[in-house]
Amino acid sequence: MASIQLERVSVAFPIYNGRSRSLKNRVLAATTGGRIGRDAHNYVSIQALDEVSLVFEHGDRVGLVGHNGAGKTTLLRVLAGIYEPPSGKLKIAGNVAPLFDIGLGLDVKSTGYENIILRGLYLGLSRSGMRAKTEEIAAFSELGECLDLPLRTYSAGMYARLAFAISTCIEPDILLLDEGLGISDPAFLAKARRCLTAFMDRAGIVVLASHQEALLREVCTKAVLMKHGRVAATGGVDEILALVRPDC
Amino acid sequence: MHKAVRDLREGLARWELWGTLGWNEISQRYRRSVIGPFWITISMGIMVAGLGVLYASLWGLPTREYLPYLTIGFVVWNFIAGLLLESCQVFSGVGGVIRQIRVPLSVHVFQMLWRNLIVMGHNVAILIAVMLVYDVRLGITVWLAVPGFLLICLNGVWGGLLLGLICTRFRDVPQIVTNAVQILFFLTPVLWKAERLAEHRYVVALNPFHHLLELVRTPLLGGIPTFETWVIAGLVTVVGWGATLPIFTRYRSRIAFWV
Repeated sequence: MASIQLERVSVAFPIYNGRSRSLKNRVLAATTGGRIGRDAHNYVSIQALDEVSLVFEHGDRVGLVGHNGAGKTTLLRVLAGIYEPPSGKLKIAGNVAPLFDIGLGLDVKSTGYENIILRGLYLGLSRSGMRAKTEEIAAFSELGECLDLPLRTYSAGMYARLAFAISTCIEPDILLLDEGLGISDPAFLAKARRCLTAFMDRAGIVVLASHQEALLREVCTKAVLMKHGRVAATGGVDEILALVRPDC
Repeated sequence: MHKAVRDLREGLARWELWGTLGWNEISQRYRRSVIGPFWITISMGIMVAGLGVLYASLWGLPTREYLPYLTIGFVVWNFIAGLLLESCQVFSGVGGVIRQIRVPLSVHVFQMLWRNLIVMGHNVAILIAVMLVYDVRLGITVWLAVPGFLLICLNGVWGGLLLGLICTRFRDVPQIVTNAVQILFFLTPVLWKAERLAEHRYVVALNPFHHLLELVRTPLLGGIPTFETWVIAGLVTVVGWGATLPIFTRYRSRIAFWV
């Protein structure tokens, strides 16, 4: 059973080259972004997450909403185990697959087939495990013989197709998604959405950060509103989206 | 402490990942070139041939004595210097990966070590050629080079973790290391022989790189490394790991914020 528990998790970023800041930035930071402060050594730091407490259970599909810089991506990265929170408790049961940067582990000089293996290795699968999935991925991407060519010859759309096909072949307990998918071809987009919905059905917990209301409504069962690194509200998707709108 | 050890253990277990990444880096550097990675071998060959003949006459040594000495020293030094220089970018160079997915951080260090081992493998071809040309007879002592070389690799891992960590936080350190490696090349007996040093013996005696080099070079030339060499190389390893493990445990989780 997948589960996620966060208890008073705080994350602050040290900014080592941001010692001098303008008043303008400070004013702007009041409307977007986290709170900027200085630590004991007088380094500028950004409080990206401030005492965040959340519990997600098996079957939850959570939408993260909030301004740019409200802490959505930082929260996703904490859940992915990339940032270990300096304070607070974090308990995660189940294996986590982040799908943040669709280009991760893709190498432009290698062929499509080589990249399928490479990205799988990044995600913690074995080479033989990825070989077994290669056919499925190749068929899904609809790239055919192009998979024998190096990635640098691909168009942006082909690149996104391949990345998406590789990323959705793994079957994790917890799936983390950040923003859009980078796919523009309408036929493939429809296919990708269908696949994503099926993929989400397999995953125990889905956490999706997005500004797209339609996508959030389609996918999520509950939502969390982030503001300045804090959890401003949690509840149903419609309820939370209604809270966001007056701000815009 | 166990966090650092766990990172290392998990990192080792991901050998398929760092093995593939390290190999790809080498093959891509030379993709579409006719000779491919053997350019590494060729440039080492030209270097050894050129320097060997010149310095043999400078020191007044016969080439059949000097060239094998120089070649072994050069190949091993190249490996050590490669580790030192690339350790500086071991984390900061892969910031994109570190911020996107949780991979044990030691994976990047093992990848760096593996990549340098592959480069060294290409250079060993020159070493074998020189040994054959000058008819250097390998005695039973040659097996002593194996633990010696493993000790260099073991030091490479802690060096990579520690230097990588420091260089990610303090971006001036890579420049310092680049300069230090250049100076160390001349201070370490690679081109010259330690016994020619009449004064300032401490330059050699206290130089850990000299002792690490000796661990491999002396056995290949039919000798046995001195007791002093083993002690100092062992001390460097123990002290290095002893310092790195607590530091890496303490600051490992900060690397994702620093890159």
